[in-house]
Amino acid sequence: MKSNITKVTTHINPNEALIFERSQPGRIGYRLPPLDVDEQPIGEIVPQEFLRDDDLDGVPEVSEVDVIRHFVRMSTWNYSIDQGMYPLGSCTMKYNSRLNEKVARIPGFAGLHPLCEAADAQGALEVIYDLQRDLAEITGLPGISLQPAAGAHGEMTGVMIIRAYIDARDGEEASARRRTMLIPDSAHGTNPASAHLSGFSVKTIRSTAEGLTDLDHLRELCAVGNVAGLMLTNPNTLGLFERNIQEICRIVHDAGGLVYMDGANMNALVGVARPGDMGVDVIHLNLHKTFSTPHGGGGPGCGPCCCTKELEPFLPVPRIVKSGIGIPAGPSTSAPEIADSYKLDFNYPQSIGRVKAFFGNYGMMLRALAYIQTHGHDGLRDATEAAVLNARYLAHGLTSDYDKPFDAPPMHEVVFTDKRQTRKGVHTLDIAKRLIDYGFHPMTIYFPLIVQGAMLIEPTESVGRQELDQFVEAMRAIAREALEDPELVLNAPHSTRIGRLDEAAAARKPVLRWKPKQAATTA
Amino acid sequence: MLHQVGLNSAAELFDSIPKDLRLARKLNTTAALSEIELLAGFERLATRNPGAQRTSFLGAGAYQHYIPTIVDHIISRSEFFTAYTPYQPEISQGTLQAIFEFQTLVCQLTGMEVANASMYDGSTALAEAVLMAERVTKRSKVVACGAIHPEYLEVITTYVQHAGIELLQSPLDSETGQASDATDLLDDKTAALVVQSPNFFGCIENVAALAEKAHSVGALLIVAITESISLGLLKSPGACGADIVVAEGQSFGVPLSFGGPYVGLFATREKYARQIPGRLVGEAYDKEGRRGFVLTLATREQHIRREKATSNICTNEGLIALAATVYLETMGRRGLQEVAAQCAQKTAYAAKRIGELEGFSLPFTSPRFNEFVVRTPVEARQLLARLASERNITGGLPLSRYYPDRPNEFLVCVTEMNSRVDIDGLVDGLRVVSNHKS
Repeated sequence: MKSNITKVTTHINPNEALIFERSQPGRIGYRLPPLDVDEQPIGEIVPQEFLRDDDLDGVPEVSEVDVIRHFVRMSTWNYSIDQGMYPLGSCTMKYNSRLNEKVARIPGFAGLHPLCEAADAQGALEVIYDLQRDLAEITGLPGISLQPAAGAHGEMTGVMIIRAYIDARDGEEASARRRTMLIPDSAHGTNPASAHLSGFSVKTIRSTAEGLTDLDHLRELCAVGNVAGLMLTNPNTLGLFERNIQEICRIVHDAGGLVYMDGANMNALVGVARPGDMGVDVIHLNLHKTFSTPHGGGGPGCGPCCCTKELEPFLPVPRIVKSGIGIPAGPSTSAPEIADSYKLDFNYPQSIGRVKAFFGNYGMMLRALAYIQTHGHDGLRDATEAAVLNARYLAHGLTSDYDKPFDAPPMHEVVFTDKRQTRKGVHTLDIAKRLIDYGFHPMTIYFPLIVQGAMLIEPTESVGRQELDQFVEAMRAIAREALEDPELVLNAPHSTRIGRLDEAAAARKPVLRWKPKQAATTA
Repeated sequence: MLHQVGLNSAAELFDSIPKDLRLARKLNTTAALSEIELLAGFERLATRNPGAQRTSFLGAGAYQHYIPTIVDHIISRSEFFTAYTPYQPEISQGTLQAIFEFQTLVCQLTGMEVANASMYDGSTALAEAVLMAERVTKRSKVVACGAIHPEYLEVITTYVQHAGIELLQSPLDSETGQASDATDLLDDKTAALVVQSPNFFGCIENVAALAEKAHSVGALLIVAITESISLGLLKSPGACGADIVVAEGQSFGVPLSFGGPYVGLFATREKYARQIPGRLVGEAYDKEGRRGFVLTLATREQHIRREKATSNICTNEGLIALAATVYLETMGRRGLQEVAAQCAQKTAYAAKRIGELEGFSLPFTSPRFNEFVVRTPVEARQLLARLASERNITGGLPLSRYYPDRPNEFLVCVTEMNSRVDIDGLVDGLRVVSNHKS
């Protein structure tokens, strides 16, 4: 695979410095209109003792073209969905439509202040209301808050709702004894962290050899008592649908607990099955997964929390509700259309409170609603089918070369391991790094934790057969290399600007910010 | 493809879902819309947001500032906005280096030593700071100074309700508008004193004095900032002795967008680096000695530590942090100073003119940055409604939204976006509409 073109190491593109290293005194990249009021000595406006005295030392001084080149060069060091398949399991890296970006930038939304009067923001509130309605239909859970900013935030909200509900149902004293949250060993790390934030202690449920929640262990833990709830991902993080979900819900409900579903894997279910119909009490969604709002290199997200009618009084405030029914314009009447009206409703005395200032990540709501409307009901189901079929196709194509620890056919993602490759000393990390040389972003690795050397692959619906075949071909080639030339795989990637970084050294002596070199030499 | 995986129909893909759980009907959502129909629908809804079209003096935690054109251009590049969290550093160096620059800029502006890769927003960053103070000090009482953004206070209250933290509020000095002497609430059980500066009423707090008081009982000082542009002019919280600084970064190149997505800044002292919530990016080297950046100190985080993590945060506000980074680098050292100075100058002008109006007054005497409270001769909400309908100006925030006992006050915010003509229009409008018979 070695390139026979000698790389020029001084090329400016791969050697873009930090902006601080590019800074030159006196350079500027902005222009403001001149001050149009009479200027007062600043000390008369703000007393000297409250003024900055460091002249913003260290903040860069660069021109506009410096900034553009800086970021454009750096951008070429990133892999992105727009370049190709990004099969990170549990992350649902699907295409982000440019149309949704355009919608979010319409000035009537992008320029709207969150604290303007409701009467001045009826269109914006209608968007929230409509999205709430559609997500209620998709999940089968009628109570919704769009306030949480991300999945983990939605989890925290959901678990706090469970706690508030049990407090109200049993009284604080009895509720205080019910502080156990059950979480399967395959769960996302955010689940126990969110449970902890809500004052619960965590008990771990084992998975069966089949890759499903161990019902006997669940019954056993429920029999101990004190169970407030269960946090379950479905399909679970092994990509398998928990087919005993109704029984699971029954066991937890009989023990007096509630069922929380982590909706990270909703991309396998939209239009096909609804958590509300399964007996789930509360769920969060990730608009930045299932509903295609862009991940942006780590956010922003939006983590709506959806719940049963019974739990609705405990949702965060304000709720966005319809306050008046309008009259549509029709051909038979000359009267102008009167639109429905919407308001903020704070009157929920049992609410867990506010989880974020304002209404949540509103720009993400616009994009998600646009996604739902451009797909339509048929398109949403088609997308789910394609996502599951693609994962099934990969499962089928990789079985001959990689160990597949669970027999059951996967939903939207599939887990393999490095068991066969480790014989030659090649591990999951090496396979992932070698995949980069073949032009793919690696899959999620070493998660879920219960599968040794896990490789969790989620192709999403945004890839076609040709690209899936290329991925399978790349994985097969790596399997061959692992046998014939393991060093090649162990030292991958070979095609990137930098090689594997020494992460252990980085954590031992962390350097978390730029500092000017040796102030002493410049002084 | 179906046949290749041994199936006859798409429906069989879902055989592992019990039959009675499979949805036997179509979802009751709209049929697919074309691009033309979709845009028309959203454009129509946008016209029903007249608030976005007015000259506005609304601040209170979300601010209207100039956004250089290149900010949106850069964050719209596929390579940034369609990438995931940088788990594979070899093909994520663009994102990682940008975050490293963001962390550095946040440190420089706040005067702190360590900053993380971002929090959801200012309000949740503040709640996380309170939880961190409890971890660091192992104390359980937190004192919040009088004029913290009411929605931030609500968020903290939600976050601490199950953490065994007692949250107390110290009163406001009704003359200066600053935190009154909170000393009697501080004791050796206090984990942190929390102050917002400039505070919700626009008053600049004496952060250095409050730091001294907090430290004298062994508590941390947490400083919250909603208007980050103030950092271009005002002494940094770090220089005043703050232990944790959180801020809303929306002012740095992020559109108002009806309240989000914004970006929370979180900075602290180096000695607390391992207690910080969220992601951190650090410098690292490969075998050839080439510099790169990686996510680091991950043992604090939920995917490793699970329930013992410093926070449950996973997805943060990456792309918005990038917007803030591009903004800060484009405006640069001199631009930040100039924006902040213009805000302060224009605000001083507006405050002087409104204060001179018959029947109006400015109740608080402390120095201000770009927001101030106005006391009105008639009910503020009515006055502002008339100003909106007759002059097409959003004059500010009626304080009765949060404080029913302040019906005759509203909060004005002036930025570099408000020209002198706008300000004069506001002053004239207030004069005219306050003379109407109510």
